[in-house]
Amino acid sequence: MAPGLDFEKPIEELKEKIRELKSFMEEKDIDLTDELERLQTRLKELEEETYSNMSPWDRVQIARHMDRPTTLDYIPHLFTDFIECHGDRLFGDDPAIVGGIAKFHGHPVTVIGEQRGRDTKENLKRNFGMAHPEGYRKALRLMKQAEKFGRPVITFIDTKGAFPGKAAEERGQGEAIARNLFEMAGLKVPMISVVIGEGASGGALALGVTDKILMLENSWYSVISPEGAAALLWKDSGLAERAAKTMKITGPDLKELNIIDELIPEVLGGAHHNPEEQAKTIDQYLWDAWQDLNPFNPEELVKKRLEKYRKMGKYGVASDFTHQS
Amino acid sequence: MIKDFFVKKKKYVTVPSQKAKQEVPEGIMKKCPQCKKIMYAKELKKNLYICQSCGYHYPLTAYERVEILFDKGSFEEFDREMISENPLDFSGYLEKLDKDREKTGLNEAVVTGKGKINGYSTVVAVMDSRFRMGSMGSVVGEKIARSIERAMELNLPVIIFTASGGARMQEGMLSLMQMAKTSAVLKQFSDDGGLFITVMTHPTTGGVTASFASLGDYNFAEPGALIGFAGRRVIEQTIREELPEDFQTAEFLLKHGQLDKVIPRDELKETLSTVLSIHTGGGEK
Repeated sequence: MAPGLDFEKPIEELKEKIRELKSFMEEKDIDLTDELERLQTRLKELEEETYSNMSPWDRVQIARHMDRPTTLDYIPHLFTDFIECHGDRLFGDDPAIVGGIAKFHGHPVTVIGEQRGRDTKENLKRNFGMAHPEGYRKALRLMKQAEKFGRPVITFIDTKGAFPGKAAEERGQGEAIARNLFEMAGLKVPMISVVIGEGASGGALALGVTDKILMLENSWYSVISPEGAAALLWKDSGLAERAAKTMKITGPDLKELNIIDELIPEVLGGAHHNPEEQAKTIDQYLWDAWQDLNPFNPEELVKKRLEKYRKMGKYGVASDFTHQS
Repeated sequence: MIKDFFVKKKKYVTVPSQKAKQEVPEGIMKKCPQCKKIMYAKELKKNLYICQSCGYHYPLTAYERVEILFDKGSFEEFDREMISENPLDFSGYLEKLDKDREKTGLNEAVVTGKGKINGYSTVVAVMDSRFRMGSMGSVVGEKIARSIERAMELNLPVIIFTASGGARMQEGMLSLMQMAKTSAVLKQFSDDGGLFITVMTHPTTGGVTASFASLGDYNFAEPGALIGFAGRRVIEQTIREELPEDFQTAEFLLKHGQLDKVIPRDELKETLSTVLSIHTGGGEK
């Protein structure tokens, strides 16, 4: 069982009470069924109440849960015949991004995703899911390959951001991300992305310029991490909780802002409570999105994609200019 | 005698000289932030805001850039009236915008338009780091996207002078999406055969580096400009390693293959017009 988060403490405590009561009943052979039922009803209510009233910060905590399923956890549930392909053919292979070819509902597909670890050892290998330029360039290589063979691309976004390091800068971190945005905008195949955990900044967007953006209910996607935002805006990274709310970074907020296309509901308490069940829901949403994109030819797809991004933004006109036109 | 070389010099406490302490009269004189030399503002302007003594390139305001770049009277501005809104209802954002409008006389952090460089017509976008640190929000993204679209209509090249602290935090995801928007429009422009040149000036960082700034057919930069994706302090904290002194300078990027050329400001107009002439074609028959 996954360790509980702060806001889940009352649930954990109640569960513990129920366990104690059960063992007490067995030990002493006393019938306390009424009391047990009462507690179980209360637990159900409490879970519903807690999980339907989650704050943005609660969701951020779930998105960061160490047991939260990663790209490689979902792939076997969603695809068949997955073959991982390595390397950018320019510098190296970045384990922070995985990609390859597979079948989705029997159709050929290219799958690419950011890959973090679930423990320290794996995180060191995966660089905490923070990619170097060669990661983004590997992703681009696989996307261009998908375009050549006319198969759709599905990407999974799960990153704390592009890696901020010396080598990354030397090899053109900015250029690598920019190139992906540029090329993805014109890729002549259907593209769908799913935000499955954290989606920070350019590192997330580098896999995210797609026709349909789906987002798990308890994931976040933002121009900067809540801690980074708090440090920049209020000079105090301790105000991350406030930033998580103000910056509007959770799935429900972004759906309302029309940045994402679909919000994917999670199993009660978050995807880590039942990854297999979660994968089934993701599969449904992905298949729906896949079928939505099916009727469009390559030119229409690119045109629609450009129109979608072209519309992003909110702006006005200076009042002292209103008399002109 | 050899030992004369090692005579200990008397040590003095350094007291700032009267001259250095003197307030530099605003508007008439300018003190170089690099070599501290004081110059007449008029002289400095004539020298394209390059320090005569050490070659330091002063940051330019957008209109100063327009003035030194374009043939006299040829510049025509686009979309000057566009202003930012407050899409996330971010407290204090509108006030900050007001303050910067007053301070700079600009409506936003980029000026776009078209003009002539040594007779060659081009569309241009010039960022101004004085306005919200040149950060990119919806208006910056939209003005840049529109200028590229206009260049496509008019069959003109696009030159963008970048100067930016990155994405505009107060507009959240909408500012991140400006990276996608500008890159998508540039892709369309590129597929149409359009010529796109970037000139990265001090400082070009974050989301602007990770979008249009890096996407030129030619990526140029001014000497000494800070150019990078992640901030130096963030990198130092992450890798706990000393960074080279020239880290993330234009010269550093050139060395690492990220730029076509570093161009001193007094050669910029000539170089740009040469590039434009090469793309115009012609030649002996």
